[in-house]
Order: sequence, then structure tokens, then C-alpha cells
Amino acid sequence: MTTEVPSSSTERYRAVQDSEEFGRLRRTVRSFVFPMTVAFFLWYALYVLLSAYARGFMSAKIVGNINVALIFGLLQFVTTFLIAWYYSRYAAQKIDPLADKVHADLTAGDTATTTTAATDDKKSED
Amino acid sequence: MEPHFLAAEVSTSTSRGLTITLFLVFVAVTLAITIWASRQTKTATDFYAGGRQFSGFQNGMAIGGDYMSAASFLGIAGLIALYGYDGFLYSIGFLVAWLVALLLVAEYLRNAGRYTMADVLAFRMRQRPVRTAASASTIVVSIFYLIAQMVGAGALVSLLLGIKPDTTFLGMDADTAKVATIILVGALMIIYVIVGGMKGTTYVQIVKAFMLMTGALLMTILVLAHYKFNLSQLLGDAAAQSGKGDAFLEPGLRYGVESASASATFYSKMDLLSLGIALVLGTAGLPHILTRFYTVPTSKIARKSVLWAIGIIGTFYLFTLALGFGAAALVGGANITAQDKAGNTAAPQLAQALGVDYLGGETGGAVLLAVIAAVAFATILAVVAGLTLASSSSVAHDFYANVMRRGEASERDEVRVARISALVIGAVAIALSIFAQSLNVAFLVALAFAVAASANLPAILYSLFWRRFNTSGALWSIYGGLTAAVVLVFFSPVVSGSATAMFPDSDWHFFPLSNPGIISIPIGFLCGWIGTVISKEDDSAKYAELEVRSLTGHGAH
Repeated sequence: MTTEVPSSSTERYRAVQDSEEFGRLRRTVRSFVFPMTVAFFLWYALYVLLSAYARGFMSAKIVGNINVALIFGLLQFVTTFLIAWYYSRYAAQKIDPLADKVHADLTAGDTATTTTAATDDKKSED
Repeated sequence: MEPHFLAAEVSTSTSRGLTITLFLVFVAVTLAITIWASRQTKTATDFYAGGRQFSGFQNGMAIGGDYMSAASFLGIAGLIALYGYDGFLYSIGFLVAWLVALLLVAEYLRNAGRYTMADVLAFRMRQRPVRTAASASTIVVSIFYLIAQMVGAGALVSLLLGIKPDTTFLGMDADTAKVATIILVGALMIIYVIVGGMKGTTYVQIVKAFMLMTGALLMTILVLAHYKFNLSQLLGDAAAQSGKGDAFLEPGLRYGVESASASATFYSKMDLLSLGIALVLGTAGLPHILTRFYTVPTSKIARKSVLWAIGIIGTFYLFTLALGFGAAALVGGANITAQDKAGNTAAPQLAQALGVDYLGGETGGAVLLAVIAAVAFATILAVVAGLTLASSSSVAHDFYANVMRRGEASERDEVRVARISALVIGAVAIALSIFAQSLNVAFLVALAFAVAASANLPAILYSLFWRRFNTSGALWSIYGGLTAAVVLVFFSPVVSGSATAMFPDSDWHFFPLSNPGIISIPIGFLCGWIGTVISKEDDSAKYAELEVRSLTGHGAH
């Protein structure tokens, strides 16, 4: 972002959206959340499909009365917790600093163009 | 350990009196909080979003309190107790669903929206048609869910208080007690919402989540201690006592049932897939869940609250696993179905059995039964309050302020309309619930999730991530998904043409699945795409604003 901020807020958002910094932020977000969504959805779908169509496999006992189906089910819990934890770490380390930077530049622009926070607040709700 | 008595038999006056006392204490405490909250509720932001001052942990607890309905607590424990492994499938879908909310929705909604789901959907669209559509689907989802919860409350009261068909309670027979419960639950939820707004409702949900987690943890520890923390032995005992043997621990007793007819087997398995998809994609489209993200100051805290919610909800569903298998093993399938065919009383019956064994005999059993019954009522109250708030917010903020008054309404007017709407929606829900009492309500929950996944989720995701998406696309996806889900359910075996249908004596069904998700969700996404590309409207400037704001939090409320 340059220090020259266009006056109209629409123009400003366009400028930010086209900026290299924002492009990096978007890529950082999307390259994580889209593949991860596809991955956990397929992993969950696999589990449901196995429950529907691979009854023999799911019924195989591993230890005592604990069978593959139960382990698969518990693994869904484990992966959900792990993905949530991994995302929070990724977001804190990779996404937040970029988002904060763009946000700070935009806010600096707000003051530069004397657009006060109050009017921005009003305007945002159409 | 011998299987124990039926809850009704030992549901002595001690237990009943204690249940009512504990419930009254809960009501008194939550009403006190609600009145306190009303003093802190001055602006529209206070009423709709609780002042946006909740911490990540508080909101995480409140999300848990909003989400873990009686259907999850009593319903899933009961499903596991009767059908073993297949009940577990349900809880997995309900948990994994939170990843959609975490990765794709919560933070961006918090950044770009203000009070309702429609704030984000209508952000770059023509306000009036899109807000009308979003308001319609919000009300459909919330009312269906609300009726299911309230009818459930009515059905539970006679079981939890042990009112048998031929006996009376405070001069009421079982049917009158059901109606009285529905009215009581409805009246309380209206008071919480009108008086306490989002702040009051949030604290009710936090208190409930705490009670539910504590109760479930205590019972889980007792069940596991009974089996000396040997999970395999618990499972073995559950399978033996269920009367179904090893099949109890395997998929297929309830969903995807294999029968002699190849087509019946095929449809039963498709139904399982359909349910699985609707569970996972529905959560992030439920309006009462989405509005919870507005109660925290920033999107980072919204993220934290979802992380807490995942931890709390996940732990709770692990508890229900112990509760369900514990009930199968220690109460026994026959004793559970004798009390309630759907298994909804499995958790209270287990509480009683555990109390008898570990907390000092009959009295202990009565005490633990009373505690768990009171927790169940608290659970229902917190969920219905959340639903009423979300739907009345949408009526006031989307329909009244932005459609009828074209954004010219004052904050005072808006909040006044929200309170009136809560009263009206609450009254309608009470009336519908009384009429729907004898109907099979399971389909209402399935329908709520299917509509949320088919109508709301496509519109939210396209709005946030697709530059080209426009007014026409939003309307197509909301109305298309909504219509597809409702029509398919109407022509499904849950409404007509089967023994358990809403109208068992008529048959107009042609759609073979009881859950429409596998068809209606793709229709919702497809409609959104078609609606978008057939319209020339392309406001990429507004998308620039939405994208920048949703990703950075600039200009967030």
C-alpha cells in the first residue's frame, strides 16, 4: 500500500483488494482453509461410506470388544481436535500478522482522509 | 450389576420434589441474571449481540449451551443405548460440523456482519429482496427447531416427573401436564429474550452448559469406575444387555439397515449418507449459532470461542458415548424401551441406577435422577431461548428495519419490534407445539438442518468467497435450497406412507429418503450458481469492501 489513499472508500477498498499485501493475505487464508475443508470432508465422508458399505471391515475387532468402527469414530474426534488446534496455530502465526498489517494501513488511511471511525461505523450499515 | 427399576416406579415424591426444586432454583437464578442483564441492555448492540463483550471462553460455553439440545443429550444417549454404534454416528456429524464454522464462517461473519446472518448475505446485494429471503429461511429453520424442542419438553415432563397415564400431578393428568410444560417453557424463553436480550440469553446458556457438562462428567466417571476404566468390558456388557450381541457395536442397526429388498437396502444406505452430509453442513447455517459469533469483540475472539466450543462439544459427545453404552449395560435395552420407545429416558434412567449403586441406595438414585432431569429442562430452556432470539432479531433487524422501513428505523424502534417479535414468535411456537404434540417431531430437526445446509450455507459461502455472486444468486440459492428441502421432506416417508409417518394412514410419498440433504444441498449450491450467472449484476466494488473487511476486520462493528 502506498501512503496516497484515494478519497472514496470504495476506491480505497478496491486499491487494498488489488494490493500485493492483501493478495498474500488472501492466498495465506485460502491455501489453508480450502484444502483443509476438502480434506476433513473427504475423511468424514470416507468414514460414513465405510459405515454404510464396509460393514465387515468396520466390525473387525482389534482389542477386546473394540472394533474398527469405534476406532474410526474416535479418530474423527481426534482429527477434529487436531485440525482445530493446527488452524489456530496457523492463523496466529501466518494469517493474523498479515491481516493486522493491512488493517493498520487501512486505519492509518482513515485518519489521513479524516474519515472518523464514527462515520465509517454509520456508513457500513448501508 | 442387575438392571435397575424403571424410572417411574422409583420416581418417588422425593425425586419428583427434588427435580422441581432444582428446576425452580435454576429458573430463579437465570431470571435474576436476566433482570441484571436487562439493566445492562441499553443499545441495539446490547440487545442483539450482548454488547459484544463476551470472552472466548464465555462464548464457547454459550455456543455449547446453544447447540447441545435435549436432542443431543437425551436423544443421542438414547440412540446409543438402543442402537449402539449408530447413535455414535450422529454425535460425530454434529462435532465435525464445527470445522466448517471454524474454517469458513465464524471469523468472516464476525468481521463483516453486525447482528444477523442477513447482514453478510445482503452486504453487497440489493438489501430488501435478500434480507426478506434470509429472514424467511431464518424463521423456517428456527420455528421447526423450536417446535421440535418444545414438543420434546412436553413429552419428557411426564417421563421425568413419572406421571403415569392413570395418575395425576398437582391435579393434572399426563396430557394436561404436557401442555402446561410447553406453555411454561415457552413463557420462560419469551421472558429471557424480551427482558434479557442476548446478554441474558448468553448467561442462561453458559449456566446450562456448565450444569450439563458437570452432570454428564459425573455420570461418565461413575460408569467408567463401575467398569474399572476398562472400555472393552463396558462395550461387551452393553452388547450383552442390549440383546443384540456384537451387532450392537457395529454400524447398521438403525441407519443403512440391510434387508432382503435390494432397493430398500440401497435407500436406507443413501439415507445414512444424506443424514451424514446434512449434519456436517447444517450447523454453520443455523441462524441461532451464527448470531453467537457477534457477541465477542473481534474475529480473533470469535475464532477462540469456536475452539472452546469444539473442545466442550467434543468432550460432551465423548461423555454421551459412555452414557449411552452405560445405559445399555446398566439399565438394559428392555427397561429403556419399556419407559420410552425412542430411548429418550436412557440418561435419566442411568442416573437413577448409578445413584442407587454409588450414592447411597434409593435416596441417592432419586437425587441423581432429579439432578439429571433438572439439567434436561435447563438444556431445553437455553436452546429455545437462543432460537427465539435469533428469529426475532431477524424479523426486527432484517425485515422491519431494512425491508419495511428501508433502514430508516431508529435503534429504539428496532429493539422494540424485536421484543414484540419474540413475544409473537414465542406464542406461535407454543400454539404450534401444542397442536404438533402427537406428531413425530424427529423430522423437524432433520428438516431444520437440511434447510440450514441447503439454503443458508451456500448463500453464506458464495457471499464470502465468490466475487461474481449477486442478488439473483443469493435469492436463487436461498429459495431454491429452502424449497427443495421442504418439498422433498413433504413427499418423503416421514410425512406420509410409513408406519412412523406424520400421516401414517395416507400415502403421497415418492421421495424414498427421510433426509433430503443429499439432493437438496447440491440443489442449493447449484441454484446459487445458476442464479448468479443468469444475472448481469456484478458489483465487484462492493465485493472488494466485503472481502477486505471480512479478512482484516476493518470497519467491524
